[in-house]
Amino acid sequence: MPDANASQFVVATFADAEALLRAVRAARAESYRIFDAYAPYPIHGLDEAMGIRRTRLPWVTLVAACSALAFAALFQFYAAVWDWPLNVGGKPDNSSLAFIPVAFELTVLAGGLATVAALFLRARLYPGKMERLLAEGVTDDRFALAFRKRDNFFDARRVRDILIDCGALQVELKEKEA
Amino acid sequence: MSTTAIATAAKAAPAAQVLPRPRWVEGSPSLHQITEDVARPMEGRPGRAWWICFAVAFAALLNLGGMVAYTIANGIGVWGLNNSVGWAFDITNFVFWVGIGHAGTLISAILLLFRQQWRTSINRSAEAMTIFAVLCAAMFPAIHMGRPWNAFFIFPYPNQRGPLWVNFRSPLVWDVFAINTYLIISLVFWYLGMIPDLATLRDRAGTAARKLVFRILSLGWNGSHRTWSRYETVGLVLAALATPLVLSVHSIVSMDFATSIMPGWHTTIFPPYFVAGAIYSGFGMVMMLLILTRQTMHLERYITLRHLDKMAKVTLLTGSIVGYAYAAEFFSAWYGGNLYERYHFINRATGPYAWCFYLMVLCNVLVPQVLWFKKARGSVAALFVISILVNIGMWFERFVIIVVSLHRSYLPSSWGMFYPMLVDVGVLVGAFGLFFTCFLVFIRVLPMIAMWEIKGVVGNSAHAAARPANCDLAPHPDPPSTAPAEPSQSRLPAPGRDTRGQGTVRGEGAESEREKEAAHA
Repeated sequence: MPDANASQFVVATFADAEALLRAVRAARAESYRIFDAYAPYPIHGLDEAMGIRRTRLPWVTLVAACSALAFAALFQFYAAVWDWPLNVGGKPDNSSLAFIPVAFELTVLAGGLATVAALFLRARLYPGKMERLLAEGVTDDRFALAFRKRDNFFDARRVRDILIDCGALQVELKEKEA
Repeated sequence: MSTTAIATAAKAAPAAQVLPRPRWVEGSPSLHQITEDVARPMEGRPGRAWWICFAVAFAALLNLGGMVAYTIANGIGVWGLNNSVGWAFDITNFVFWVGIGHAGTLISAILLLFRQQWRTSINRSAEAMTIFAVLCAAMFPAIHMGRPWNAFFIFPYPNQRGPLWVNFRSPLVWDVFAINTYLIISLVFWYLGMIPDLATLRDRAGTAARKLVFRILSLGWNGSHRTWSRYETVGLVLAALATPLVLSVHSIVSMDFATSIMPGWHTTIFPPYFVAGAIYSGFGMVMMLLILTRQTMHLERYITLRHLDKMAKVTLLTGSIVGYAYAAEFFSAWYGGNLYERYHFINRATGPYAWCFYLMVLCNVLVPQVLWFKKARGSVAALFVISILVNIGMWFERFVIIVVSLHRSYLPSSWGMFYPMLVDVGVLVGAFGLFFTCFLVFIRVLPMIAMWEIKGVVGNSAHAAARPANCDLAPHPDPPSTAPAEPSQSRLPAPGRDTRGQGTVRGEGAESEREKEAAHA
């Protein structure tokens, strides 16, 4: 979620995702920037409508997974060949094929954990965080759309008209508490 | 293509058949109804059936505690193991439970990548089943060590003995990494999938304590679409990681056997054969658990007969793969010309444990063939019986692989018999107690159906139904009936109101306000 330093939001509530999508398109057609939308489930097509770029989180996966793969391969080589070669049934010290399963598992483990950790950092989700619900019921069956009043050029009345035309149940101006 | 063009096309070709979109939820409930249906069983008091199941499972869990304590206090000599058969019930149980877990990951990860919407009703409980099954599995190698307080020796940590590292060439070490990775990734996947639902529960929590617990667990989730967008991507990434992981786990477990030179174990077919068997037994278990929960918790609307039908088909497919693997093993024993290998398979079918082999063939090869018939796939009772037989059969498959191979290996001087002791049976029963206790507690305290995924399926398919699929999403001329053209109360600006809405507990008041709004509209 973008940082919200500005104090005022126009928040519209909708009963269904269709109306929300319409409102997003109508508002974006008039160059209003959507602060965020709130929904009980991920709405298909809303990313494009809101103009959200693809997340770069998969890069975190790639980097973490590659690092873990390199670490696991090198560490097994170091432990089994360099540091203390064990003679097990006369097998070669550097049995590279035998190192694949552990390297694979560590790749998956690091990739998965790093991705989820990055999501939590990026979306600022952490235990004990107080939820900031801009509208009631968005985790149940309501859909909400928020605009931030950035400056005096923001025409709240016009935004309200667009939202109502698109079928908003209710449009409110909300103050953000610090 | 525009709407009119589609309409004309439909008029021009009335005979053209379009298959109806499958509906995975019966009776098209509203989004709020879905929340109610899933959350209500958790918020009320459990019924008599739940208490009876819990009492039985908990008794078995207590029995497990006693049996494990007795084993650790006296050493694993209290089991029926001997020099010929050094692995028996414990490793059978280990492989059995790891296998059970595989269906959960298949449903949550592989079917997600394949965009199979029917997974949404069952994925949460299947993932929970995975975690509990892997916990049960992880217990067995630990207690089999005899000195479980030294279990940390299996991790390559810097120590003062050299450092002396673990033997990375050993499949038993691979197992440690595979099982632990599997457990951790499954837990993360399960928890991540639950966060939006935990937020839903937080926002409808009645008591302060409940609200606090769910607030901590839901990490401040507020339904932001920017977060949803990232969240869905991360879900796909995790699914893509979990898919090869689940295939690797049982492959590595099978290498515990396949990399040895024991007749009956030393075969290259083992990894795919074990993975198919794992999914087969896992689906048997998922089917059994879901039949029990849908009947006792009244979730027939979400876990429909169509879901059971799909699961039955997967069971039939994987059961047939398992049957093929049994045949292939016999064929290569005959065709390979290895004397010991050939003797092993003759002994498997005619030796002292032949009854185990025939029970396994009956349960795993013959019984699932019933599922070719639509009537069998549509009968809850038949599926329940089959799912139990599948699990019995798969337990015996592992027993046959392990014990029958070990009891007559190369030299007749090293032959012997394995007879289970009371403690062996006690630990076997106890593991089921651990599993079912965990599962019964889970269905009481956490949402056992992924509410947000069901809402997504219902909501997004409603969009798709509302307009032709390839029509451009242009602004709709008339708003749907649920949304009034004029807002009932436009509060702009609204000073002095609790703007964040977090101070209000969503309960009766909020409901009646919403109803009033609707009535007004």
